[in-house]
Amino acid sequence: MKFEQRKDLLGIKELQREEIDQILDTAVPMKDIIKRDIKKVPTLRGKAMVTIFYENSTRTRTSFELAGKYLSADTTNLAVSTSSVQKGESLKDTIRTIEMMGFDLMIMRHSMTGTPHYVARNTSMRVINAGDGANEHPTQALLDMYSIREKKGRLDGLKVAILGDILHSRVARSNIYGLSKYGCEVRVVGPSTLIPPGMEKMGVKAYYSLDEALNGVDVINVLRVQRERQEIGYFPSLDEYSDLYMLRTEHLLRAKDDVMILHPGPMNRGVEISSEVADGIQSAINEQVTNGVAIRMALLYMMMGGAKDEIAN
Amino acid sequence: MPLREKNQIMDEVAIKRALTRIAHEIIERNKGVDRLAVVGIRRRGGPLAIELARRIEEIEGVGIPVGILDITLYRDDLTLQASQPQVHRTEVNFDINDMKIVLVDDVLYTGRTVRAAMDALMDLGRPKSIQLAVLVDRGHRELPIKADFIGKNVPTSKQEIISVFVKEIDGKDGVSIEEIVDS
Repeated sequence: MKFEQRKDLLGIKELQREEIDQILDTAVPMKDIIKRDIKKVPTLRGKAMVTIFYENSTRTRTSFELAGKYLSADTTNLAVSTSSVQKGESLKDTIRTIEMMGFDLMIMRHSMTGTPHYVARNTSMRVINAGDGANEHPTQALLDMYSIREKKGRLDGLKVAILGDILHSRVARSNIYGLSKYGCEVRVVGPSTLIPPGMEKMGVKAYYSLDEALNGVDVINVLRVQRERQEIGYFPSLDEYSDLYMLRTEHLLRAKDDVMILHPGPMNRGVEISSEVADGIQSAINEQVTNGVAIRMALLYMMMGGAKDEIAN
Repeated sequence: MPLREKNQIMDEVAIKRALTRIAHEIIERNKGVDRLAVVGIRRRGGPLAIELARRIEEIEGVGIPVGILDITLYRDDLTLQASQPQVHRTEVNFDINDMKIVLVDDVLYTGRTVRAAMDALMDLGRPKSIQLAVLVDRGHRELPIKADFIGKNVPTSKQEIISVFVKEIDGKDGVSIEEIVDS
C-alpha cells in the first residue's frame, strides 16, 4: 500500500515499513526547504488545514502550522478553550461545522484514546492524530525515527532504550510500533509502576535499572515525567524519581560511544534529564524540533496534494 | 499504455555532437564562463547538465558550478495526479545570486516543466539571467517559453512520445520517437 492511499494518519501500528520509508524519504527534501533563505514552496496553494487541540501543546501544533505555511496551505487553529466547545457543543457538531467551512485536513489532539479515529470515520476531511490519550502520537515517532536515521544512517537492528513514564506515553507506544518494524531491539526502563504489563507481547524488554537498560544502546529516548498525570502517585516524589531515573552524563558510559539522546519535549531539566546531557554533544533534542517540521511537511504534502476522489477510506 | 518504437532519432554519437555544439554556443553567447552555471532538471536533465559542464570545462579550461533541480513541489498538475509524485532533493550547492544560469532538460514540450523550474530557481535566489538548453524540442508549447540552445528540433504529433535515454539512468544513450498503440 502507498501511504497516500490512506485517508488518515491515526497511528504507526497499522503502517507498513514501506510507507514509513516513503514518509522519511519525503522529509529529506522538505528539510532542505527549511534551511533556505526563502522557506516557501507553492505546492499546497488553495488547500486549507485546521489544528484542533483538546490538550495543550506548543511544539506539535506550532510545527504543524509552520509546515503548512511553508507549503503555502492556509492554516487555522481552533482554540478549544475560547471556542463553542466551552458552550457545550458536541464533538460531532464541532467537526461538522469545521468540515462545512471547507477544510481539507484536520490535525487533532485529544485526551481520550480513539477520538481522532471516531472523528475520521465521521468526516470527509483527512485526519492526522496529533496524540490521543496514552495511545499513539504518530508524528512524534516519525520525527524520532527520522532523527535516528539521519544521524545513524539506518534504523535496522539498532538498540533503543525508552526511558521514563511508559504507562502514560503515546510517544513510547508509537516509537515501539515503528522501531519494531525495522528489527530494532527496543528496551523500556522506568519505575515498575510506570511500566505497563505485557511489554513482551510488543516485543519489548522491560528494565527497572537504568544502568542495565543502557548497556550497549545506540539511542536513548527520554520521556517527560507527565506531572499532570501523576495525581494518584505512581512514585513517591520527584526527588526519588530523579535519583533513580534521571539521565546523567555518567550513565552514558554504559551506552555506545556514539549514543544519541532524544527527548520529545517539553523537558523537565533536573527531573528526567540533567542539563549536561540535554545540552551535551550526544543530544539531538534541538535537531528533533527542526525534523518535526520536515516530517509534518512531508505528511501534509502526501495527504493534501493529490486528487481527492482517489482516496481509499 | 503499450508503446511502439517508430524511429530512433538520435544515437549516442549524435547526442555527443549536439552537446559539444551546445557547449560552444553557451560559451559564445555568454562571452566566456564568468559567473556561469548549469542546472539540470530532474531526472534526465541532471546527467545532461553534468555532461554539458564537463564539455564547457574542456573547451575553456575552467570548471563551472553544476546543480540539480527537483521541480515536483512546483508542478501545476499535482491536484490532477492520482497519487503524489515522490519529491527528491534539489542540489544547488552554490549561491545563484547574480549568476547566469543555464537550465538543462531532455525534452521541451508544453513548457510547463520549465515554468516550474524557473519558479523553483527564483526561490533559491535572484540569478542575473536564466537561459534554457534542451536536447530535443518537440513543439506543442502551451506557455510562452522558448529554448536558447537546442540539440534537435523534432516535429511530432501529440500522440507520439519522445523518449530520451541517458547512460546514468537507462544504461544507454539515445533518443527515440514512440507511438501509443491502441489496444
